[in-house]
Order: sequence, then C-alpha cells, then structure tokens
Amino acid sequence: MDDIQFILNGMMREALSPQTAAVAIAVIGLNIHFGFTGLINIGQSAFMLLGAYGFAISIWHGLPMVVGLLFGFGAAFVFALVLGAPTLKLRGDYLAIVTISAAEIIRYVGRSALLTDFTGSAQGIPGSQFRDPFTNLSFFGGGQFTLLPFNYTDVADGAAWLRIIGWVLVVAVIVLVVQRLRKGHAFAGIGQAALMLGLIVVGLFLLFFLFPVPNQRTGVNGWWVRFIAWGLVLVCTLLVYLLVRSPWGRLLRGIREDEDAIRSLGKNVFAIKMQALIIGGLFGALGGMVYVLPASVQPDSMGRSLTFFCYTALLLGGAATIFGPVLGAIIFFAARIGIKYTSAAYVPDSIMNGQQTEQFSYIVVGVALMLIVIFRPQGILGNKRELRFNV
Amino acid sequence: MVRGAAGLILALLLAPLLALIPTGAAHAVDTLCLPGPEAACIAGTIRTEDGPLADVTLTVTDEAGTEQEVTTGETGKWNLQLDQEGPYVVKIDTDSLPDDVVVTEDEVTVKATFGATRPALFEVRTESYSAETSKFDELVQSTVNGIRLGLLLALASVGLSLIYGTTGLSNFAHAEQVTLGGLLGYFFVNQQGLSLVVGGVLVVIVCAFTGWFQDRVLWQPLRRRGLGLIQMMIVTIGLSLALQYVFQYAVGARTVRVEQANPEVSTFGPVTITNQSIVAMAISVVVLALVGYALLRTRVGRATRAVSDNPALAAASGIDTDRVIRLVWTVAMGLAGLSGLLYALVTNGIKWDSGMQILLLLFAAVTLGGLGTAFGALLGSLIIGLVVELSPVLGMPGDFKYATAMLILILLLLVRPQGLLGKPQRVG
Amino acid sequence: MSDQMSSPTVAPGGLADPEARRALVAGFEAAPGASKPDPILEVDAIVRQFGGMTAVDVQHLEVQRGLITALIGPNGAGKTTFFNLITGFDRPTSAGAGAHWAFDGQKLDKTSASSVARAGMVRTFQLTKALSAMTVIENMMLGAQNQAGENLVKSIFRGTWRKQEQEIEAKADELLQRFKLYEKKHDYAGSLSGGQRKLLEMARALMSDPKMIMLDEPMAGVNPALTQSLLGHIQSLRDEGMTVLFVEHDMHVVRHISDWVAVMAEGRLVAEGPADSVMSDPAVIDAYLGAHHDTDLGDDALLSDQTMDELAEEVAVEDAEREAEEEAEGLR
Repeated sequence: MDDIQFILNGMMREALSPQTAAVAIAVIGLNIHFGFTGLINIGQSAFMLLGAYGFAISIWHGLPMVVGLLFGFGAAFVFALVLGAPTLKLRGDYLAIVTISAAEIIRYVGRSALLTDFTGSAQGIPGSQFRDPFTNLSFFGGGQFTLLPFNYTDVADGAAWLRIIGWVLVVAVIVLVVQRLRKGHAFAGIGQAALMLGLIVVGLFLLFFLFPVPNQRTGVNGWWVRFIAWGLVLVCTLLVYLLVRSPWGRLLRGIREDEDAIRSLGKNVFAIKMQALIIGGLFGALGGMVYVLPASVQPDSMGRSLTFFCYTALLLGGAATIFGPVLGAIIFFAARIGIKYTSAAYVPDSIMNGQQTEQFSYIVVGVALMLIVIFRPQGILGNKRELRFNV
Repeated sequence: MVRGAAGLILALLLAPLLALIPTGAAHAVDTLCLPGPEAACIAGTIRTEDGPLADVTLTVTDEAGTEQEVTTGETGKWNLQLDQEGPYVVKIDTDSLPDDVVVTEDEVTVKATFGATRPALFEVRTESYSAETSKFDELVQSTVNGIRLGLLLALASVGLSLIYGTTGLSNFAHAEQVTLGGLLGYFFVNQQGLSLVVGGVLVVIVCAFTGWFQDRVLWQPLRRRGLGLIQMMIVTIGLSLALQYVFQYAVGARTVRVEQANPEVSTFGPVTITNQSIVAMAISVVVLALVGYALLRTRVGRATRAVSDNPALAAASGIDTDRVIRLVWTVAMGLAGLSGLLYALVTNGIKWDSGMQILLLLFAAVTLGGLGTAFGALLGSLIIGLVVELSPVLGMPGDFKYATAMLILILLLLVRPQGLLGKPQRVG
Repeated sequence: MSDQMSSPTVAPGGLADPEARRALVAGFEAAPGASKPDPILEVDAIVRQFGGMTAVDVQHLEVQRGLITALIGPNGAGKTTFFNLITGFDRPTSAGAGAHWAFDGQKLDKTSASSVARAGMVRTFQLTKALSAMTVIENMMLGAQNQAGENLVKSIFRGTWRKQEQEIEAKADELLQRFKLYEKKHDYAGSLSGGQRKLLEMARALMSDPKMIMLDEPMAGVNPALTQSLLGHIQSLRDEGMTVLFVEHDMHVVRHISDWVAVMAEGRLVAEGPADSVMSDPAVIDAYLGAHHDTDLGDDALLSDQTMDELAEEVAVEDAEREAEEEAEGLR
C-alpha cells in the first residue's frame, strides 16, 4: 500500500508540476500546427527554447520582465516567419525537415561557447538569474502548505478503505468527464458547462484529498509557479477554443484536408498557414518560458526529445481537440513517472538499475507513441472520422 | 588525431553537463566544483594534440590581487570554486609545463558568475607541432575529412532516399540503424573478440536482417492497413525514440569503441589520416559503386527505380512492388549498419545518440540532393560532408559547423525546392 | 455551319434563349483561336513542358461571356493541365516569355490560384476535392468570400462575424436546396456518393458568386441518374448569366449542353466550332482516331434511353479506372 501510495503521489506531483503545464501550453501550440492545420512542425522545442532564451537573457541582463516576454515572443515570431517563408508553399515533408534542422541549429548556437555571456553555453542560464522578478509578483506569501487543508491522513488516519473509496470516486469522475468531452458539445449551453466545470472541480478536490502535495507557497517549486502555469494553460485553452470555432478555424481544418481545394475557393492558403505557424509558435514560446521558470534554461533539455514528447502528449490526448493537449500532457508525464517508479519499486536492481528505470520509461513512451498512432490515431478525445490526417 | 580542427588544439571546456533529460538522474561530473547560488566555478582542461597534461600549475588572481593556485589532475583537468563574482585572471605557470610544450598565450581573463561554470581556454601545443600549418594544408586536410564524412553519410542516406522514393516515408528511425551498426560492432569486435572483418560482415548481416524484419512485421502491415504517410512518419519517430533509449539501456550514456587499440596513422603530404579511415573510404566507394551499378544495370535495380518513379505504374507493369520495397528496406538497413560501423571506427567511438546527431545531416543530404533520388543523396552527402568539415577552416566558428550545413539546406530550399537532382513535380 | 443571321450581338442579362445563342454563335469563326465579340477569358501563348514533352501549347483562345464552352479532346490532350495553368495551379513554362491571359479585363499572368478565384473564376477538380472530413455545410461555408471571421484577430470575437456567418449559412442552405443536398447538410462530405460530391463541389464554387465557373470533367464518376440533373444545373447557371467552361471527354454530354466547343489534341488547340458541326471537322476526327472515343462522332441521336445506358456503361468503366488511379495516388 505504501509503495502504491508513493507511486501515486509521485504521479500526482508530476501531473501538477509547472513543467507539465508548460509542455501542455507548447502542445496546445503544436495542436494548432499539427492537429488543426496539418503542419508537421518537428521543431516545437526550438520555439520553446527561443521563448525561454528571450525571456531569461533579457532579465539576466537587467531588462524588465515585460521586455523579456516581448523578446521571447519576438524571437519565436521571427523564427516562424523564417521557417515558414521557404517551406509553406512546398509539400509537408519539407516543413518537417526544415523545422527539425532549424531546431537543432538553435540548440547548437545556444550551447556554443562563443555565446557564453548570452546563453551560458551548454551550462545554460540558472533559474536564479532570471526568476526573481517573477517570484516577486507572488501574492501567496512564503512558507509551505498542502493545497487542501484536510486529507485522508487526518480523516481516518489514512485507512486503506478510505483511499479505495476515494480512488473509485476519482476514477468514476474521470471516466464521466472524458466521456462527456468525447461526445463534443460538452460546453454547449450554460447548464452543460456548469456541470462539466463542477465535475472537474470535484475531481480535482478528490485528487488533492487523496494525494496531498505539500509545496512552498512561493519560490522555485511553489504553488505560485503552479498557479500561474495552470492559469496560463486555461487561458490558452480558451483562446484556442475561440480561434478554432471561428471561420478562421474552419479554414485551418480545410487546409489540413486539402490545400488545393481551399486555394480554388480564393483563400490565401499561404497566409493562413503562416498565421497558424506563428500562433502555434507563440504558444510554444510561452510554454518555453514557463518551462524554465522553476528550473534553468538548458539547451540540451529542450531538444528533439522534448518535441517528440509533445507529439506523444498531443496524440495521446487527441489531436484537433480542445482539451486533448492538456489531458495528453498530464497523462503523459504522470504515466512516465508511474512507469519509472513502478519499475524501480517492483523490478529487482539486478535486472533494472536506477538509471535504467528512467530509460525504460522512455522506451515505453516511444512504443506507446507507435501504438497510439497505429491503433488509436484519434487519441483519447479525438474524433476518428475527422482525424485521418493524410497529406 | 583530433578530427577537423587541424590547426588548433584547444584546452576544452569541461565536459558539459549533458542534461539530456530534464528530470534526469544525477550525471557523473568530472569536477568537484559545483556552482551554486553563492558559488561560481572556473575550470578547464590543459591538453596538447598528444594528450592531457598533468601537474600543470595555474594561478588565478581576482580583482583585489589575491592569488590562488590550482594544479591539473591526471586527465589534465582543473577547476576552482570562487565565492565572489567578477573578472579573474588565469595565468598558466610555464615552468610547470613540460619542456617541449609551449603555450601561445599564458594569460586569460574569465568572468565568474554565481551558479555557473566558466571555462578558461588555453592553446597548448608541443614544439614539434607546426602551428604555422598553411591555410592550404588545412584546406586539403579538411577536404579529405569532408569527403570521408560525405562517403559515410552517403552509405546511410542512399538507403534513406530509396525508402523515401519507394514508399514516400521519411524514416526518422534510420539514424538508429546507424547507431545499431556501431554498437553491434562494439559488441562483436570489442566484447566478443571477433576480428574486424568477421565482425563487420556480421554487423551488416544483422542490420540487413533487422531491415527485412521491420518491413515484414511493421511497415508492410501498416501499408496494407492504409495508414497515412504522416502517421507512418510519427511511427518512425516513436520507433526512433524507443530504440535510442534501448541503446542507452544497454550500454549507458558513454561512448564505446569498436576497437580498443589506437588506430595507426599515415601521412600523405599535408594530409594525416588513420589507416582505418582509408579502408573505410575505400569500402564506402566500392559499396556505393556496387549500389549504383545495381540500380542502373540490374533488373532489380531498374524495378526499384521504376517503383520510385511511379509505384502504380510499376505495379501495373508487373513489378511486385512489395518485394522491391522489402528488398529496399533490407539493403538500406544493411548499408546504414555498415555506415554506423565505419563511423564508429573513423570517429573513434559511438554513443546511443550518435545516429540522431547524423540523422539531421542525412536528411539535409537527402533533401539537398532531391528527395527520393539515390544519386541525389550521394551528391548531397558529399556536399554536406564537405560543408561540415570545411566551414571551420573557412572562418565559421567550430561550434556552428553542423548549423552551417542545415543553413545551406534551408537556403537551397528557397531557390530550388526539389533539390539538386530532383525533378519539379506536377501539381493538380 | 449556319447561314442564318450573323450579327455579333450579345443578349443582355444572360442567354437563356436558345435561338439567341445559336444566332450569336453563328457569328463566330469556326477556327482555332477565333475571336469572339465579348470574351470573358483571353489566353495567349501558354506553353507547359514536362521534361522534354510539351503538354500544353495554346497560342490563342477566347471564351465568350455567358455561354457554355466545352473543352474536349482525347486522353492526354492536355486539357486538365491547361485548366491548372489558367487557374494558377501550375506555371506555364512560357511564363515571362509571352504567356498572357486575362480574365474579365484583369491580367492574370502572375497571380496565384487564390487570386484567380477571387477575380471570379472558380474551378472544380477532376478528382473531386470535397473535404470529406468536414460536414457538407462547412464545405459550403468555406466557399464564401470576404469573411470577416477568417481574419485572425477578428476570429476571436464572435460579435464581429456572427451576423455574416448567418447570412452565409442562409445562402448555403439555399444552394444546398437547389442542388438537393439539404438533407445531407450535417453529414460528413465523405459519406456522399461520387455524384453528390460533384454537386457539392459545384455548389461550393457557387458560394463565391463567380463570374465564370470551370468544371473539370463534371460527369466523371457520376451515377447516370444524377447526370441529367447535373446537366440541368449547368444549363440553368448559364441561363442566369454565368459563363461555364468545362472539360469533358464524353461527346454525348458535350453535344447536349454546350454552345461552343474547343478541341485540344496533343496540347494544341486544333478546332473550334458549334457542338454539332465541330465533330465533322477533319482535324477533330484526326485527333480522335485511335483514341477510345472514336465512336458515333457524327451521330445525331440525342440523349435517348439507349445512349443513357451506354453512358452508364462508360461511366462504370471510367469509375473503375478512376478508382485505380485514386488508389495509385494514395500509394504515393
């Protein structure tokens, strides 16, 4: 029971982690690229890295945080323009190859020793150099607290039956929420929306009750970062919802399916694709800034693997859906930690040592990505009929 | 012999923290100095082209004039923890250097910052080493290195291009096949003690088999299911990710070598090259020539090109496309394995993500030459190889040599999207 | 050829009267590249080469406003390539070296496919490009021009496009009713039959209020029962004043509805003339000899039951061919 509780706690911590939220934001951007428009951007990590660099370097060099934000977004904007201009008129593969190459260029340049004063080369920029203006904004105060004031440990001394009932309830709520989301129209009408929100809130309360996650209020790994990170996830989700229900969103889906048809209807496909690339890239940049807040800017931690994780999360949750990216990111990171901790707890060291559990979890990620694409390309929330993403 | 940068031997920055995984476990660090919120580090390695120098004394002076001394260890590495930020002057004590070693500039200034390790770089070389190698000699040496890299890339990229041509798939897992070749070489030759020739043949056979096997159990069924090309491409991404970590699981994050002994070196005029490299280049040329001959002159080759041109037409004219594609996968993976083995020999080792490093060069080569054209891939590979090796000589900072290759690719796409040898495609 | 009235006048507001059309057409010279009194589209020196092969080499062509003009020719005559070229989906090899074409007085030499469509020349495709993962009504609404909601900034604020959206939907409903697709409004376009998709594509093109509609083999793959209604729709578009240019290799269809016929062979324009006389042009017979449509070129039989059956048979054969082609496309 304690092992299980430990694993579940770990998963919960990871699911709530600000870095999960950061990746969720980047995945929301990727969803605009890949899910809605069909642009194969395999360089989302570069958008993140640029956002992070713009933000961190500005503050590091004494500029105000707002300027840092502008530089971060500006870098991603220019990057999208530069990548899009030569490739968006060509077949989809070209964008794929160019984005992954450009992402590597950004990383190589970032870790170059020549730019140590700007990017901190391969060492990166430690969080302490740029985090302060952000932490200073906190109105949470210092100290440490667990998000819910009461939890199973003070209700029945953490009895097993209590936790089991709790889990059953949580699973029931999650199943209900996912089912409603899958039907679409989950937020149509005020009554429906209220019901959904209520369910989600109840589910969250139950989760916090079951897995108390103590954290600092403010600071590196505190509730303040979490609050802002997940708040941004909410804002981004809402923004994407507004964008894709509009005629603009309709155009994106049209382009995903057949560019030539849309072109024959007198639409400037190139401009729309460019807009999509930029918007998604800006989400990526924002994700990157959030990603480095609780940690440091490390060019090597924001490379190809991160892009691939974004894809896994997106496809897991469901491409071309509103909530898919968020759900996917949460499940992806929680599941990976779950796999890692489980194999660490139950597989003897002789077969798999501590290092190898980490690698094992990534192997599972890779295999999972393959299986999802082959057997359930629409992910958890997607619509299979809509999602036959062929060029 | 240090690849590429023939002139200068830099005292290199300490092995950077390879934080490949954000939540990764602690990595082995060679230094005892760990930068923190109240601690800054400066560090470096003193080495000549022959190897690291131990017991070299360095003096570090802060702004106030306070001096501290450090000595390099067995590996030539040194570091120093500082509790004050600011500029520090690092001076190498020339008396502590061996007699036949000179340093071009014995003093550098480093700006220490809290929470970071800053490198102090010195150019150290033996007296016998001619620092005045002419630009021309450098060019010749780098050209040879470039051709060598180009040939190795070509081995892998021809297969990548053929797969693209016959199936339309951009195979991101191709690079892992290159890594697999190198790692199998390590396993057969280094671990099992087989001779290089026997081991090499085994590597190619095993890799070719994995190609056959992959197509049998994965790609062909997926084609039959009618899975879209984009989806297939993501499957290759998943496969690539899984394989990379399988490799890391098996051998760890270290670099492994196929042969333990240091390779012997030959010198031709200005060019210094390992004997292994010469053999590798010869093998590459022969194999590539064979592939070219097969494509142009044999029935199977013609069938392959027909499938590349127009699969439907090829199928209609009685070519068994499935068999051709199976063969292409087998050969392509065998070639990639061979490329990986040679790459590991030539660059003195292979790592779990070596392939991934090359993958981008491969894609650049294939796209440069024209997606789906085998000879384009060959040409593209040679160009990319030369660009990578020559750009440092021509003034590009060494860190940017891969970036230069990618940049050239992007620029080319602007003016000639179909690649050098590709045909413009018909629309509509 | 006719020896009746030969005054080149254009009837105002559509040419619904067959007599008036015949009279108008009689005034045209029946020769390739003939000039017309009121051309909506003029094409000069368009050449397209693939490798060493010349796919299209049209020196001069004018399309008269308000008529149905058919572009016919044996397989591989370059009809579709010609379509692609003038609609901006392909660039002539002769671009910059004499290639000129103008639509309704507006030069199109360097414009993109989308600006061609915005100028009022909307096309459909041989392999229907109905967006099958979107619903019928979404397909339709994509066709409307100048939508405020397609602006990135405005799209977030529903208030800025809500009213226009309703107007567009009303217009789409009207067209869907006309094309008998209204019941399918909320179905995925992918669930429609081949003929229904052709109808949808045509209706979608009409959403943009084009001046000229270009149909690439509108009858290909259409179930014979729908053929009649499709033909009826095309004719009624003409009667409302729209110009129609269509590619077809079925002679019966061409004879049945077109007012003027241009014939292409091996990339060149070889003949022009009214539907019932152009088939007897020696150049046309030459072009078709050996091709599979050499049957009853001069036959005067209109669309009788028997010919309808033949049509159905041919359609079935072409269907099969097309399916094979589509499969091949998918493989690539």
